[in-house]
Amino acid sequence: MTDTILSAAPPRVVAAPRWRRWSHGLFGSPLNGVLTLACVALLAWAVPPLLRWTVLDAVWSGPADRCAEAAGACWAFIGEKLRYILFGFYDQDRQWRPAAASLILLGLAGLSGTPPFWRRATLALWAVGLATAVLLLTGGPDGPAVPTERWSGLPVNLLLATVGMVAAFPLAILLALARQSAMGGVRTLAVVFIEVTRGVPLIAVLYVATLLLPLMLPAGSAIDKLLRAQVAIVLFVSAYLAEIVRAGLQAVPPGQYEGARALGLGYWSTMRLVILPQALRTVIPSIVNLTIGVFQDTTLIVVIGLFDLLNTARSAAQDPAWLGFYDEAFGFAALVYVVFCVAASRYSLWLEARLRRG
Amino acid sequence: MRTTAHETGSDRPAAPPGRSGAAGAVASWWGGRTGLQLGLLAGVALAVLLLGTNTVGNMARFGITPGFDFLARPANFEIGESLLDHRPQDSYAHALLVGLLNTVKVAVLGCAIATALGVALGVARLSGNPLLSALVQGYVELIRSTPLLLQLFFWSATFQALPAPRQAFNPLPGVFLCNRGIQLPAFVDGRAAGWALGALLLAVALALGGAALRRRLGLAGTGAGGRMAGLAVAALAVAAPAGLLWAAGVPLAVEVPKLAGFNFAGGATVSPEFSALLVGLVVNAAAMIAEIVRGGIQSVPSGQWEAARALGLTRGRIMRLVVLPQALRVIVPLMTSSYLNLTKNSSLAVAIGFPDLVSVINTSANQTGQVLETMAIMMGAYLAVNLAVSAGMNLYNRRIALRGMP
Repeated sequence: MTDTILSAAPPRVVAAPRWRRWSHGLFGSPLNGVLTLACVALLAWAVPPLLRWTVLDAVWSGPADRCAEAAGACWAFIGEKLRYILFGFYDQDRQWRPAAASLILLGLAGLSGTPPFWRRATLALWAVGLATAVLLLTGGPDGPAVPTERWSGLPVNLLLATVGMVAAFPLAILLALARQSAMGGVRTLAVVFIEVTRGVPLIAVLYVATLLLPLMLPAGSAIDKLLRAQVAIVLFVSAYLAEIVRAGLQAVPPGQYEGARALGLGYWSTMRLVILPQALRTVIPSIVNLTIGVFQDTTLIVVIGLFDLLNTARSAAQDPAWLGFYDEAFGFAALVYVVFCVAASRYSLWLEARLRRG
Repeated sequence: MRTTAHETGSDRPAAPPGRSGAAGAVASWWGGRTGLQLGLLAGVALAVLLLGTNTVGNMARFGITPGFDFLARPANFEIGESLLDHRPQDSYAHALLVGLLNTVKVAVLGCAIATALGVALGVARLSGNPLLSALVQGYVELIRSTPLLLQLFFWSATFQALPAPRQAFNPLPGVFLCNRGIQLPAFVDGRAAGWALGALLLAVALALGGAALRRRLGLAGTGAGGRMAGLAVAALAVAAPAGLLWAAGVPLAVEVPKLAGFNFAGGATVSPEFSALLVGLVVNAAAMIAEIVRGGIQSVPSGQWEAARALGLTRGRIMRLVVLPQALRVIVPLMTSSYLNLTKNSSLAVAIGFPDLVSVINTSANQTGQVLETMAIMMGAYLAVNLAVSAGMNLYNRRIALRGMP
């Protein structure tokens, strides 16, 4: 029976050889030929000078004078300033602390992306990891305290992004549930918060947090500037995350709600045990994408005068001894972001394919 | 695929029996648990009240009276560039308006150019030419994996590193690139530029109206009166304002920028800050739009292509008549969020020295101390701009979504 079906199947289409497909794509029609030639011309115009600047004529080590003579990039500048770009004003001899904190934060983010860690125990891991990272940055438990004004460079990006995502999560789930709620008053509050937050740029929220938040507190109390930025980022992210969670909630089939109610589960048990685990699982790729966006958006703290990786890179090129190597500074910062973001988005694609397979 | 709007997680009761009409609708909206809800609302109101009292108290300590009276006071700061004529002695309200118009200017121009570039790139990505497709993919990846602020810093540094006016690049006749910005040819009389813009808008409106009329009359796709009518409309839109201007005695001469001393004279100048912001936003948004367009076109099943080809349609007509109308239903809602993003992203202007709304608000807040009021104005302005963009795009979306439905 199966044999007849198999033999009745159409013969397998033999794919054209790879070079044939390529040559057809490149020169198959007059238009394609013109496009190919235009692309080649573009590459011929752009690649050789870029290659000369980045590699052939570049200066890899030595003092600033050698860079001034050379026509290419001054990677010696990056070598000289690497510690400053990565860790900013943090005390020179204690820079293992921000380095370790960065590794912890990266490790946590990496672990949470892997399916075996999608469980409750990971929450405890996060609590311990975040506390350790913050403790390392503050300079404790032994040794003098490091004020947050001196926290700078990469650890600031990582800290703001990870805490931003983690602290926004419970808030976002509550907001998403509130937006789906049968209670009109609750629903309205959630809708107003989500839509207003999504309607204004992050810079506006950062300004509100820097300028308005201190005024809102009782007279005499002060709140740290970095903490203010962190609060702004958490609130901002929670609105976007709430919409992602809502999409997940809508993707859960109605039968699941009915089944849970038939089992006699109350609202919160239904959500916690039945609905949210399924809802969150379907939107993991969106959450990864949001994380990438938040990591990139943490650079905006530049406008309120904090020093993240981008700002340390930029200010490194303002050092009188190494003045004006902006291209190298931005190039290096771009490389760091590209490495993180491409890794995360590749991983997100893999995860999506894996989830689709079930 | 849209999931049906099932009321997930809600045990929303049906309107209680016995009540009907407005009262029933309100009761079903409110949904019970009155104590809990009122408690929550009261809590929020209390928090707002508490924070508000603190704010007013703190402002009083600094000697600032809450209120919007400061808007009428002279702002006493310069704004680098503006659509309106702005002098330092003008009021804060005027300064804020100038900032808002600058934001709107960069957003409108940015959306228009990014759409054109993004659609071209999205189509190029699907061109079937592996080299072109790979180049576009590389561009999209690079843009999407670096922060927008970094890109803006890069463009800002690039525009500042252009040569001095004497060594300016001259990519097109009459167009110069130098560290003072982009120099473009312009009408000698400012009124002519306004008329030219008006004529362009009129031509677009007439063309859209004509197309709608042709559809209404069932002439679309038959070729009847299509091209001739289009040409006539275009000719009319150009000739009418030109004739009027000539009759009114407004010179139509175009002036080309010329090097005079250390700078250019004549023509129009686009400042380096504005150029960097516009280029940065466009390059960034075009990458996103390219992905949206690619996804939209790929969402049309290949059977549609094959059926259209079997009917003997050419590639261009398949795209225009069969694929695009279906792809647009996927593309337009995503495009709306792209436009909103671009508008919000224009606030990064403050980091590269272009006087947009956020930048003017920031200066005003620092000068007057009226933080609460200026922040409220900023949020309100962005919400209003966002609502306007959403409303316009939703209108368009409804039109294309309904087409072909019974």
